Amino acid sequence: MTLSFGFDLSLAVLTLAVAGYAIGARESFASVVAFISYGVLLALVWVRLSAVDVALTEAAIGSGVTGALLIGAAAKVGEGAVDAPRSVRGAGRLLTALFCIATTLGIATAFLSLPEKAPTLAPLAAEHLPSTGLGNPVTAVLLSYRAIDTLLESVVLVFAVVGVWTFASDRDWGGRPESPGKDRPEQPLTFLGQILPPLGILVGVHLVWTGATEPGGAFQGGTVLAAAWILVMAAGLRKPPSIEGAWLRFALIGGPALFLGVGVAGFALAKAFLAYPEGHSKAFILVIEAALTFSIAIALGLLALGAPGRKGHP
Amino acid sequence: MIASTLSQLSMRAEDALLPVAIALPVGAMLLALCLGGRWTERIAVAFMPIGVSIAGAVAYVVWRDQRPLVYFIGGWAPPLGVAIRADGVAAAMLLTSALIASAAGLFACDVFRVKPGEKENRAHLGFWTLLLAIWAALNCVFVGWDLFSIYVGLEMLTFAAVPLVCLKGQKETFVAAMRYLLFALLGSVLYLLGATLVYAAYGSLDIGILAQKIQPEAAAWIALGAMTAGLLAKTALFPLHIWLPPAHAGAAPPASAILSALVVKGSFFVVVRLWLTLAPVQMSEAPAELLAILGSVAIFAGSVLALRQERLKLMIAYSTVAQIGYLFLMFPLAIGQHPWASAAWSGGALQAISHAFAKAAMFLSAGLIVDVVGHDRLSGLRGLGRLAPQPVLIFALAGMSLMGLPPSGGFNAKWLLMSASVQSGHWALALVMAVGGLLTAAYLYRVIAPALAPAENAPAESASTPTPKASSRGAALSLALALAAILLGFAPPELASLLAVGAPAATIERIE
Amino acid sequence: MNAVTLAGLAGAALIGMGLFGLVTHSHILRKIVAFNVIGSGVFLLFGAVARRGAASGLNADPVPQALVITGIVVAFSATALAVALLLRYFKEVGSPFLADDPGAGASQPDHERP
Repeated sequence: MTLSFGFDLSLAVLTLAVAGYAIGARESFASVVAFISYGVLLALVWVRLSAVDVALTEAAIGSGVTGALLIGAAAKVGEGAVDAPRSVRGAGRLLTALFCIATTLGIATAFLSLPEKAPTLAPLAAEHLPSTGLGNPVTAVLLSYRAIDTLLESVVLVFAVVGVWTFASDRDWGGRPESPGKDRPEQPLTFLGQILPPLGILVGVHLVWTGATEPGGAFQGGTVLAAAWILVMAAGLRKPPSIEGAWLRFALIGGPALFLGVGVAGFALAKAFLAYPEGHSKAFILVIEAALTFSIAIALGLLALGAPGRKGHP
Repeated sequence: MIASTLSQLSMRAEDALLPVAIALPVGAMLLALCLGGRWTERIAVAFMPIGVSIAGAVAYVVWRDQRPLVYFIGGWAPPLGVAIRADGVAAAMLLTSALIASAAGLFACDVFRVKPGEKENRAHLGFWTLLLAIWAALNCVFVGWDLFSIYVGLEMLTFAAVPLVCLKGQKETFVAAMRYLLFALLGSVLYLLGATLVYAAYGSLDIGILAQKIQPEAAAWIALGAMTAGLLAKTALFPLHIWLPPAHAGAAPPASAILSALVVKGSFFVVVRLWLTLAPVQMSEAPAELLAILGSVAIFAGSVLALRQERLKLMIAYSTVAQIGYLFLMFPLAIGQHPWASAAWSGGALQAISHAFAKAAMFLSAGLIVDVVGHDRLSGLRGLGRLAPQPVLIFALAGMSLMGLPPSGGFNAKWLLMSASVQSGHWALALVMAVGGLLTAAYLYRVIAPALAPAENAPAESASTPTPKASSRGAALSLALALAAILLGFAPPELASLLAVGAPAATIERIE
Repeated sequence: MNAVTLAGLAGAALIGMGLFGLVTHSHILRKIVAFNVIGSGVFLLFGAVARRGAASGLNADPVPQALVITGIVVAFSATALAVALLLRYFKEVGSPFLADDPGAGASQPDHERP
């Protein structure tokens, strides 16, 4: 056993143990805290898989923003009354356990039965990379080869924002979501709120810019920007926006709309929907990525803020 | 390896209808949300004729050329790129959803309104943007020819459908929406697990390429099993149906119509793709029998539960549980190159389409009935036929198709399925369909018989004049939907020839 | 056994654990956490698949890598949707548990139009 495999094995065991605690903990608050640590460990696993992009997304979203969202929800809903319907017990629990073990074994068998020489699209992706003008094959997949998925995923975020808003009360419509922080944030948080966001914006812009050639891109940059925005609001430096604001709506749909517009223009300029004019792919992709990053950041921030409340609050 | 660059493309102009069918509703939804207020409704209503025309054009071209439309997005051919494709059934589903979304949307003009002096409100913005969102999502699913793109389409569908359940803002609707969301999310993640394993084993997500490669081996079995389980949770096939009745019955009538008529068909359609297009015949035989058994149980359980309901809308929702069961009877009949397979394929598609029209009409007429009598208790519907003849007539017409009485789309669908089951020796399925039809008649009788009976305490003549709330436009729209379900019984042979385009028995030749 | 196989098997284990949590817990927040564990397990499996596909000088197959990145973001929006619905559910029902009887939610008040 090599040293590096030893590290990977310990990391995997630790990750599974923390995940197990997140599932099995008695209290929901403990479960959420365990889940956040689990996200950090998972980001490490992704680094070990040489997927720095994914590690970054996992750290910012999977652990960071999801964690904040879950902690906030745990604080609001609590553990519930003791006489409430409890979880599945007894024979049902045992049967479920057996079923889940069988599921895991089935997936593991399928994974281990995969052909020794894995089928891969890496050669094709690399072969066509020059025609996209990009250096990062992941960005080429996201913005060129499978641009339709990226476009529709960014639209899914907009759908989700509408969905979250419709869970508000009728009378709160048009109000602002509750601020993620306390009413009087502590000094250190204000300090962080002043220091980190400019850094976050720098990192976010950097990720989009370098995403053309190195790891990074709109989704990764958007998550970092969203995290920075949430921190600013948590520190009390900015209020959450009103959901009726025209600029907010425009910022939310602008990225996907531009992407869609360029896609439709492809019929005329490049002879296919979501194709780019030959020789100008990179310029188009960078413009789309910039707009998309901004809209993704807005959407993720709004999703983390939740439904509007407190209408008429100054 | 198939890999094309832009210069190698040979797509026809008509093929471009497919990306337009995705791009336009997406664009309309984004615009509606951006402008907000009364504009959401105006944009959605303005989009309706456009959306119907595109779907109609797709169906016409597929029928005229007798071949599916195929489009490579961005000019990238699979496996690297993503293809979208519309065969006859996909085109028919596109047109069905365009027509029903339009009718339910126009019906909703009276339900979701911005009051004078109000900029916008929650239910109004929610309904009109989500209507466009569902329209876009369904188009993505029906033309999807790539397992991951279909996943994205299913996510769009879930995210748009769940909030539609609770627009009325009552406590019960949030309970129903919560349960629905949890089922749908589990369904999504199981589907994604399956798609992952398929890619791991075969290096492609394109259904056409995979159909040539997939083998009955561990990875393929686990992958298809996970995807199917996830899709069944989203389709509410028994025993995964418990989320459906409260969600569909609790929503506002136009939302119920869309959820029950269209949304469950999206995930069902993907099950059809998996087992009748993607998997090789030797692999799909046993699962197809299992799906038909689940479908049969769904028909009995759903019908019996519908018989026991005391509320009109809940009864209609349980009827959906039963009618979904019919859809799954097509699987063992439609596989392979048998002479009866194409009848079963058309029968299954026709069942999906005529149920969509009939169920939309039924939920909308139930909305009209509630408007007139002020409640939806079955015990209080006596004498309704005199009080509100139109909704009762619409309900009865839609019921004819659900029962499978001639002439109706439901009759033709069940006739095709039944003759396929007799020819293929699946006698049990023919029996299930016959008994299911009787049970359907029984639960619908519980509404129609008292409605046609004279009222016990005859209300004063003045009370029986139509209440001002009974919208004549609403009645006309739901009557049109019910008549469509009936008229499908007189469908010209052109419909059959459309549905046959791209049917697995006709075209897919596999490398053994 | 190498790091990639290990990641795939860990993904399979996470899916099973998450599934168990999703079914057995009745606290909705616990179900949401469990859903996220299943999701991350699937992503990890996909990541292992990507790494197996390293070829042509790329250290991983970029197609699954790209799909995982968008997938994580969509899983987050699903979580946000579920949490927002949970908060409204909690406000209405007064309990974070999923009610046992699904039919109970359906006894509707009668008037639907304003």
